[in-house]
Amino acid sequence: MSMMIQYVWLIPLFPLAGFLLNGIAGKSLSKKFTGLIACGAVFAAFILSVMIFMAVDTTGFTVQQVHLFDFFSVGRLRVPVDFQVDQLTVIFLLIITGVGLLIHIYSIAYMKADEGFARYFSYLNLFVFFMLLLVLGANYVILFIGWEGVGLCSYLLIGFWFDRDAYNQAAKKAFIMNRIGDLGFLIGLFLMFSRFRSFSFSAVFSQASTLGMNHGVIIAITLLLFIGATGKSAQIPLYTWLPDAMAGPTPVSALIHAATMVTAGIYMIARSNILYTLAPFSQHIVAVIGLATAVFAASIALKQYDIKKVLAYSTVSQLGYMFLGLGVGNYSGAVFHVMTHAFFKALLFLGAGVVIHAMGGEQDIRKMGGLRSKLPITYWTFLIACLAISGIPPLSGFFSKDEILGHAFSQNPLLYLIGLGGALLTAFYMFRLFFMTFHGSFRGTSEQAHHLHEGPPAMTVPLILLALLAIAGGWVGIPASLHGSNHLGAFLSPVFAASRSLAENPAASNTVQVMLMIIATVLTILIILWARNRYIRYKDTGEESRGLSGWFAHAGYVNECYDILVSRPLKAFSGFLDRIMESQVIDGLVNGVGKAVHWSSRQVRLLQSGQVGGYVFGMVAGAIILFVIGFFLIR
Amino acid sequence: MPINDYIFLSLALFCVGVTGVLIRRNAIIIFMSVELMLNAVNLMLVAFSKFHQDPSAQVFVFFVMVVAAAEVSVGLAIIVMMYRHTHSVDVSNMNRLKH
Repeated sequence: MSMMIQYVWLIPLFPLAGFLLNGIAGKSLSKKFTGLIACGAVFAAFILSVMIFMAVDTTGFTVQQVHLFDFFSVGRLRVPVDFQVDQLTVIFLLIITGVGLLIHIYSIAYMKADEGFARYFSYLNLFVFFMLLLVLGANYVILFIGWEGVGLCSYLLIGFWFDRDAYNQAAKKAFIMNRIGDLGFLIGLFLMFSRFRSFSFSAVFSQASTLGMNHGVIIAITLLLFIGATGKSAQIPLYTWLPDAMAGPTPVSALIHAATMVTAGIYMIARSNILYTLAPFSQHIVAVIGLATAVFAASIALKQYDIKKVLAYSTVSQLGYMFLGLGVGNYSGAVFHVMTHAFFKALLFLGAGVVIHAMGGEQDIRKMGGLRSKLPITYWTFLIACLAISGIPPLSGFFSKDEILGHAFSQNPLLYLIGLGGALLTAFYMFRLFFMTFHGSFRGTSEQAHHLHEGPPAMTVPLILLALLAIAGGWVGIPASLHGSNHLGAFLSPVFAASRSLAENPAASNTVQVMLMIIATVLTILIILWARNRYIRYKDTGEESRGLSGWFAHAGYVNECYDILVSRPLKAFSGFLDRIMESQVIDGLVNGVGKAVHWSSRQVRLLQSGQVGGYVFGMVAGAIILFVIGFFLIR
Repeated sequence: MPINDYIFLSLALFCVGVTGVLIRRNAIIIFMSVELMLNAVNLMLVAFSKFHQDPSAQVFVFFVMVVAAAEVSVGLAIIVMMYRHTHSVDVSNMNRLKH
């Protein structure tokens, strides 16, 4: 089995082949064949990931590196294309290929009527390829290649229906905000190279450990890498692209903006855990920003009426929880939440896709209601996902979220309190969404009512599978306080062993943990009942929110702030450069040279008067001058 | 006689010749001025030949005179052509070379 690890490079190869096949020959293939190639590629990658997982899950396994070829070698910089296989990698491989496979199958039905079917699947396969590259890389450069690649695919897929200008704007916004974060990431990489002379994980981490706690260079590197993570994983201040990214097809939102791409930041920080443990200053910042984002985004989600926007802000909020986990040193808890979140958030998005499909494209929940009877499978799976995200035991979200909150409590009870507040907000807005969509009376047009139907099996089977995972997915991480053995935590512990030896983060005692869990669960159930009372018989009164609610309904006017602070000055500056510098200065210079040549030629032409006397005079004068000069030079 | 006197005389004759070429408009007068320049040079050559006791300069004077004679014949032929075209020997009529 350990021989399998040498073939780990096959895993990204299949999606890449799928991308090439569908991209080049897609138009001439039948839709069925295209879907088969795309899903087959991801399925093959999934099977290989399972085999690699089994190879890694043996006792006495140590990290293995597989060298493929040298990317480039310049001076003292050598960047090899190496893949690293350890426990963290393999968990992410399973998430990406497993959830990705379900979403590919779902997409076959969802995008059935679309003309760009082949283009869609080629982009989706390309995305899986880059994401796999990201988690497999053994040095920061390969990670960054995958990082940039998933940003590119995100742009291509958000702007998939490129004839709509608003969608193109959303795609540009996503890409540009990612690039701003990537600038921070790159500067961090340069700093890393200038200090450690290498990009590979093993070299950097071993050298970094010799530097001691809170060393200036490590703080700078970790903060800069975190800036990259805020862009990719949609944290404050670079999160505003994610709600706009809902312009893309719903399965894209499920895969990229819920389950995989946005978790790249968490993977990167989990991989660099030793650097962050060495810089508690940066860790605190990660935790604070994560928590602030979690609560802020949850508050905005309370006041959104577009089903996908609610889920988008929910994703931003849940990502905040993962960063909170990383920030308090609970790295395995954060990865655990990545896993459970992938399950229930993908489920939520795919369920929303079925709803939108059934409503003929309508996304406003004020126009829905009473869909329970027409969409039973979607109803039950959506309910399971809402319970999971609210953290109701024994579903998956409960275990991952409470592990993070438990560690937060032992570091600082205030973090726990605010985190708990955010969790209660989460439960409230999710069930608000649920009750407004599926209960009450139908508020749409009669035309839409006729069109309501459950999705085909290609859509509902992934929903059921994801629902099963959302229920059972948490059972791999049952903590010691509940008499479990936390398989996931134990599995991942070799990856975080160095961090643990540096900074002991003791969790609270078992009784305290159980008490916190009980408090959280009871409060959550109360919140759900409150939401039920409020929204189960929702009538659209059409009133606009005012005051604080109005502020949240407009997403805190953050987009408007960015527009005034950044976009307008940039546009004004670029306008200045175009009108003044380009037309007047540069064009003036270039045209001025031409005009100068014209003028001087006119002056020189006057010499040709045709008067022979003048010519003779010139000859004599020239001869005299030459003689005089020669006379003085002879000296 | 001191050599300086011959040099000054030759120089003066040459300058008068140059001035005549530059200022006069009559083609024949210009020709006369050119001949004056050539003779000034001849005078200087002979003076230096006597001064350095070297007769090769006097031989060179013969060459100059032969060339002057040939040049006069060609030049007068051109002036005759000029007169046949413009019925005058005024040089300022020859201005077709202008732009």
